[in-house]
Amino acid sequence: MTSQNVVEDLVSQPYKYGFVTDIEAEKITKGITEDVVRLISSKKNEPEFLLDFRLKAYKQWLKMKEPNWAELGYSKLDYQDIIYYSAPKSNQKKQSLDEVDPKLLETFDKLGIPLSEQKRLSNVAVDAVFDSVSIATTYKEQLAEQGVVFCSISEAVNEYPDLVQKYLGTVVPLNDNFFAALNSAVFSDGSFVYIPKGVECPMDLSSYFRINSGDVGQFERTLIIAEDHSSVSYLEGCTAPMFDTNTLHAAVVELVALDEASIKYSTVQNWYSGDENGVGGIYNFVTKRGQCRGHRSKISWSQVETGSSITWKYPSCVLQGKDSVGEFYSVALTNNMQKADTGTKMIHIGPGTRSTIVSKGISAGNSSNSYRGLVQMGPKAVAARNYSQCDSMLIGDKAAANTYPYIRSQNAISSIEHEASTCRISEDQLFYLQSRGIGFEEAVSMMVSGFCRDVFNQLPMEFAAEADKLLALKLEGSVG
Amino acid sequence: MINSSSETILEISDLHASVEDQSILKGVNLRINAGEIHAVMGRNGSGKSTLSKVLAGHPSYKVNKGKVVFLGKDLLSLEPEERSRIGVFLGFQYPVEIPGVSNLEFLRVATNSRRKQLGEEELDTFAFEDLVRSRIKLVQMDPAFLERSVNEGFSGGEKKRNEILQMALLEPVLSILDETDSGLDIDALRIVAAGVNELAKPENAILLITHYQRLLSEITPDFVHVMSSGKIVRTGGCELALELERLGYEWLEEELSSTKQS
Repeated sequence: MTSQNVVEDLVSQPYKYGFVTDIEAEKITKGITEDVVRLISSKKNEPEFLLDFRLKAYKQWLKMKEPNWAELGYSKLDYQDIIYYSAPKSNQKKQSLDEVDPKLLETFDKLGIPLSEQKRLSNVAVDAVFDSVSIATTYKEQLAEQGVVFCSISEAVNEYPDLVQKYLGTVVPLNDNFFAALNSAVFSDGSFVYIPKGVECPMDLSSYFRINSGDVGQFERTLIIAEDHSSVSYLEGCTAPMFDTNTLHAAVVELVALDEASIKYSTVQNWYSGDENGVGGIYNFVTKRGQCRGHRSKISWSQVETGSSITWKYPSCVLQGKDSVGEFYSVALTNNMQKADTGTKMIHIGPGTRSTIVSKGISAGNSSNSYRGLVQMGPKAVAARNYSQCDSMLIGDKAAANTYPYIRSQNAISSIEHEASTCRISEDQLFYLQSRGIGFEEAVSMMVSGFCRDVFNQLPMEFAAEADKLLALKLEGSVG
Repeated sequence: MINSSSETILEISDLHASVEDQSILKGVNLRINAGEIHAVMGRNGSGKSTLSKVLAGHPSYKVNKGKVVFLGKDLLSLEPEERSRIGVFLGFQYPVEIPGVSNLEFLRVATNSRRKQLGEEELDTFAFEDLVRSRIKLVQMDPAFLERSVNEGFSGGEKKRNEILQMALLEPVLSILDETDSGLDIDALRIVAAGVNELAKPENAILLITHYQRLLSEITPDFVHVMSSGKIVRTGGCELALELERLGYEWLEEELSSTKQS
């Protein structure tokens, strides 16, 4: 077997999280209409302002066209063939975990996210979202002692309506884009985080999103608010079962950082990515944006994207506050027929703002992996600085990597640096490692994780180990 | 020093090999016993580097005929990593750079793969640091190079020292050193040669692949083989190297063709 074939075998590992939990779910009928939007809102007992928000978004959405500029070439979605709300039947918001359906707990156990008090992860509070609803949030009481709010967005809507109303849709307007408008109309659940003034969140917060049903779209909504001088680190993980149909995931994430606040948002995305012929898999069309409203505030995105049939996301920072900082660290691994078009937007508005972009794309199989990024320096962004580094690694000779950096500067005294490189794992490098007793798989995995090191260094510790394992898993297999 | 009853480490019989359909090795025979140092010399393109790559199992080289037995095992049936684990070491002429992979971690994983094979305990980061710091003195390498990526930004001499450091850590049974002298200034050559001499033991063997005699004035071989057109055409003691240095490869070729004619 040639080394070429071996590498291809190596990266074509079966998906480990492809099981389906057999649980009775309450689903509404397929399709989207104004009545469906009203139904979702009423099921969740939402206040008037939110229903208005949804209806406005729905009306905007009807007027919008599905974008096609990324040329991702996917089969068109039939928006009337999707179920917009699904909840495990046994779900009424539970007072304690003992009341949660054991099947659900078991599901998260299997995913490596134990929720029960004895087994839960130490030092990480978890909000577990199953299809459309949040089923449990751990460590809530401990966080509440510090005034930190960490709950599902549905809960927040009822318990902290003023905060939700004040911030929802202010970072990503309801008509921002086609998928954001759709999400604003039908979003089901997601996480809400509020860090009060001067509080350093005592533990990492984490949401775990699980799609279970094949015909249900997932439209989660996350809102994180960090008040003056506060800080938080938030982690997000995702998996889905294997279906041969495509499932839509169109999330919206909004982050708001006030004076000298800092938000670190990390994602490990491992949605099912379809089989080797490109059948099935998740369409991941996500709008993630953070606003550094306060001076010296900071928003840092780090992401490890390994799954989805199609990934289309650009976690962005709007740098309004003077001397605010935006960061984007990304590893995107694509294999088989996967397509990823991902990157970031750094919108420099305030003076002295700084941003850093480090993007690592790894393409194997027949996949295509594009970095698309915008760095914009507004007229008032004097002495603003940006540094971008985009590296691509190709495995095999059928994969594609592209880099599309867009740069716009409207003032003469800001600085923008961009570096890009492409490399291929060479036969000679592999042979060198092998000739020192290191097996083929381990050699590939060593080189890939070496390539990603700059990004992994940015991930929270538990996550970095996880990401390394995840990449190794995706690259693991029988040799020869 | 040479003991005719010593154990045979490597036996190459009638080895034919090609790269990209071009036949390079055309019947190499060579036997190496424990405690011996062999040198293979020859012009560029004579096949001496191909021999080293074939022995280490480089995937671009195809063996068409012949047999290689290493410590009683059929070497050619093994993957490159298996060859390394049982004690074959190739010191590269041009060690590649591997960005992002820490040199220290690379050395540790490599060392442990050999130790595992030998049934020895694998070393954790701390135990390995102690080991590497003792061995690094042998090649007088700055420990700062351990913190860098494998060979990345190393000078030619530093790369070669890193190769010999790997040899010192892996403790191979057979070390094949491919043009280890190329690109070295005289001081670096002496350091590298001293390291190799230190590592030569009665129970292991060394195969030097070299173009010039100058390495052989630092490391004295027991046997010198001359390769030409994919075959070993002459074998002698270390005096053969000196003769070649004085008279050039042409002398040998002329002599060979005249013997053929007569």
